[in-house]
Amino acid sequence: MSFRIAPSPHGHNQRNTSEMMRWVCYALVPGVLLQSYFFGPGIWFQMILAVATSVIAEMACTVARNRPAFSALRDNTALVTAVLLAISIPSLAPWWVIVIGTLFAIVVVKHVYGGMGQNLFNPAMAGYVLLLISFPVQMTNWLPASTISEHSLTLWQTLHTIIFEYTPSGYSVEQLRAGIDGVTMATPLDTIKTGLTQGYTLTEIYQGREFSYFAGAGWQWINLGFLVGGLLLIQQRIISWHIPLGFVAGLCVPAFLAHIFAPDLMPGPIVHALSGATMLGAFFIATDPVSAATSNRGRVIFALLIGFLVFVIRSWGGYPDAVAFAVLLANMCVPFIDRYTRPVVYGHGD
Amino acid sequence: MNEYKNLTKQGLWDNNPALVQLLGLCPLLAVTASVTNAMGMGLATLFVLVGSNITVSLVRQFVPAEIRIPVFVMVIATFVTVVQLLMNAYVFQLYQSLGIFIPLIVTNCAIIGRAEAYASKNPWQRAAFDGLAMGVGFALVLMVLGAMREIIGNGTLFDGAELLLGEWAAQLRLELFTVNYPLLLAILPPGAFIGMGFIIALKNKIDAVRSARAEKKTVTRARVTA
Repeated sequence: MSFRIAPSPHGHNQRNTSEMMRWVCYALVPGVLLQSYFFGPGIWFQMILAVATSVIAEMACTVARNRPAFSALRDNTALVTAVLLAISIPSLAPWWVIVIGTLFAIVVVKHVYGGMGQNLFNPAMAGYVLLLISFPVQMTNWLPASTISEHSLTLWQTLHTIIFEYTPSGYSVEQLRAGIDGVTMATPLDTIKTGLTQGYTLTEIYQGREFSYFAGAGWQWINLGFLVGGLLLIQQRIISWHIPLGFVAGLCVPAFLAHIFAPDLMPGPIVHALSGATMLGAFFIATDPVSAATSNRGRVIFALLIGFLVFVIRSWGGYPDAVAFAVLLANMCVPFIDRYTRPVVYGHGD
Repeated sequence: MNEYKNLTKQGLWDNNPALVQLLGLCPLLAVTASVTNAMGMGLATLFVLVGSNITVSLVRQFVPAEIRIPVFVMVIATFVTVVQLLMNAYVFQLYQSLGIFIPLIVTNCAIIGRAEAYASKNPWQRAAFDGLAMGVGFALVLMVLGAMREIIGNGTLFDGAELLLGEWAAQLRLELFTVNYPLLLAILPPGAFIGMGFIIALKNKIDAVRSARAEKKTVTRARVTA
């Protein structure tokens, strides 16, 4: 019997990237199911389009870089990027939106920087920001949640809208967003933002149809769905708790303090935690192992920074939600964070 | 003659102010949203560069080394003021769309860089030619970037060229495709950074391929017998 002598680090993680990414997809299921319940089946078409585009783009890039065409597909990272982007955009966005976003994410953000493991920025969020900046109208056309919506679309009507930008009976997405009184409904965070600029207090804004129990109608359950999925990832040790906890703390602690200070102007921590892309961002986006900080201490700083930036941009910025911008800004700080949080090698410390 | 050939090569390719020295990035990124703007900016910079190079070269014997930089800046500022007034008079709409970036030509490091590195050490004919080569190199990069951004962002080429070149140039406008929703990112500053990155990468790739080819050609036969 021979004892194999291996140099350090003596890692014992038996999971490869492909399996980890598969687990990420499983963990997205509860949130995605809830999202398709509240915002219609469009999300499935968006996912199909995104995954198809990402597979073609990934193969084209690997061939262009003189690598076997299927080598990069096996690790499933492109799949996760595509799925995350499809979840982030409005479910009735025209088909070319998701195609452009996915192409940019895979080709420019991932492969131009050197492929899997080399990208500085989170590909899904960089793609999202490209779309948000380029097509602000299409990217903010969120329908009201199905529980408060006046219209519900069948599978065929949804597909028709995604391809032709109109339902078969000629409604635009803009018209579908109107309630029974003809007033267009926005996302909860958007409603808060516009309400506050018009001089309403939060108590008045929360009376609106867009809000129920804790936060925005529909959105709160979707966020809880992603929370459940995220906890599954932590339990499976796919991600560590540092980033999600740091994110939520960085967002909710300042939100709590601000809420105490100005209860009618600053939404409380629960509204922040269950609105927009908070939970998706905390458990699935900020935890991207490539573009996040490396050490645990660094991860906490990285995540606190993202959470705090989300709070700042949501409260005072021009956009209602901020997870994508916050993640990209924090990605830029990662080399700096990593430099100053390098763990001390045993025996070499002070 | 060889010196002039070398200057051309340096200015247009090997030592291009925008692609290699990475100088003057501020106007490069800010005003290249369309070819017309890029051309206007390129011509203005070209004029200032040639003028300042000639003047600096002519006065180089009289300027004490200790205060040469302020003198160069004054010379450049003079030419920028001339350009600014000329553009204000003859191409007013372009002047308005370029805005603050015309006076800011004075801060373009490519200009003072050439004054310091070349014009202050060489006779005026050569300095003028150096300014011309560098200015054309800079303007070409501006126009390539402007064309990229205009095509991707707007689907057109030479939109508004009549503002710079006169009425006949209105026919230059090409509508490559119509877009219902322009890709705003290409028009906005991030598009300039991304596009610039791609142009530099392309230039480096061409250089790498060329040097690899040159190496292959010069393989010398190894002596196998003593």
